[in-house]
Amino acid sequence: MAVEAARRIDDEAVCFVGIGLPSVAANLARRTHAPRSVLVYESGTIGSKPRELPLSIGDGELAETADAVVTVPEMFAYWLQGGRIDVGFLGAAQIDRHGNLNSTVIGDYDRPSVRLPGGGGAPEIALGVRDVFVMLRQSRRAFVDRIDFTTSLGDRVRVVVTDLGVLEPRDGELTLTQLHPGISVDTAREATGWELRVADDVRETEPPTKAELDALRSLRTKGET
Amino acid sequence: MAASLSDAVRTFVRDGDTVALEGFTHLIPHAAGREIIRQGRRDLTLVRMTPDVVYDQLIGMGCARKLVFSWGGNPGVGSLHRLRDAVENGWPQALEIEEHSHAGMAAAYAAGAANLPFGVLRGYRGGDLPGRTRVATVTCPFTGEQLAAVPAHRPDVGIVHAQRADRHGNVQLWGILGVQKETVLASRHSIATVEEVVDELAPVPGAIVLPSWVVDAVCVVPRGAHPSYAHGYYDRDNEFYRAWDAISRDREAFRAWMDEHVLATVTA
Repeated sequence: MAVEAARRIDDEAVCFVGIGLPSVAANLARRTHAPRSVLVYESGTIGSKPRELPLSIGDGELAETADAVVTVPEMFAYWLQGGRIDVGFLGAAQIDRHGNLNSTVIGDYDRPSVRLPGGGGAPEIALGVRDVFVMLRQSRRAFVDRIDFTTSLGDRVRVVVTDLGVLEPRDGELTLTQLHPGISVDTAREATGWELRVADDVRETEPPTKAELDALRSLRTKGET
Repeated sequence: MAASLSDAVRTFVRDGDTVALEGFTHLIPHAAGREIIRQGRRDLTLVRMTPDVVYDQLIGMGCARKLVFSWGGNPGVGSLHRLRDAVENGWPQALEIEEHSHAGMAAAYAAGAANLPFGVLRGYRGGDLPGRTRVATVTCPFTGEQLAAVPAHRPDVGIVHAQRADRHGNVQLWGILGVQKETVLASRHSIATVEEVVDELAPVPGAIVLPSWVVDAVCVVPRGAHPSYAHGYYDRDNEFYRAWDAISRDREAFRAWMDEHVLATVTA
């Protein structure tokens, strides 16, 4: 997943990065084909070049290696709302066929069966960046016909990278365009809670190169041995 | 001005107050949170972008009536179990929530600092959050654009942690600055805990200074941000954040941990 998402980051792209897989993908891109990409973390660090992957978006390493550190109000007002971010990564608990995301609640808002962390930066990232990249493991629990709560809108979702393949919007609906090696269309269909559209020209994901694997191995999360 | 943390909390934090403990991952005023728990404050409205472990503890110990927030997880780990238990099951008591986005919270603090009634942003469009929170639409008088308005945060007390202060009570902080300046300036009263007091605040790249006359109390509390961190002093205790998942998952384990590590400890 990280390798496929990283490949889609252009050199010089300014990326608004969250923790976890997006951080792996963005750091991988910077260490392979996109050395001039800029990593922006919502804690206010611009141009971070972490040696190790951070556990939280506010780890000290991100500030120490940044070109600039700004306050949180400045980050959201001047940089995100100001239209200076190319790519924003989002994850979620649920996604629908239009790329709308739920990271707020499972069940009813007032009486949730699961209270999730909430939107955080997502609602404005989804409105403010040029391209939204979603990274999410594909399952019927996550890829649902109707999401329980719309935390952020899917209008700018350009790609959804999953552990099975890649979905991209075609005519307003997420469509399977790519499968990872060894994954069948049926497997992807079974892991999707709606009738999954499949592109005529589905292609297979290129296996990771040695350079990508080496870069991936060199990235480890701070505090892990 | 210079005060013990217990005196500062006793003086400025009252039952029923709206209280904001800020620090975006960095410089979270954990020691002040634990002191509020020790003093048994009740019915607080807690305001904070990322409730983090500090509010998980306050909520689990029954100090809060309401939470105003924008992202309620354990960063890099998962859920805040005490927050979830309060929202899902009303334990130890019901918790009212007012949920925003980060951009909305930041705008609300900035508006409070600027003594404006609301913050304005291009946000909250579409989605289900606007129907569940305090947000309205305003029309730009110049262009006609529809924008989101969020009511300003004006806490009774704002609490921050910083690296150091000088003997006059000027407070200096650097690294990731979050919304601490806005929190102090938006609040009616403010408390700053610091790692140390020095004779002179040497310039540090990217540092800001909160002048003594905007801070009501400065309290020296070394490691007062732990398990968060103080840039230049100590690192974030990622192991603790991971361990908190198991400690906080179970009500009994949580209470036992709090009894031993917070209630039975000496006030700073």
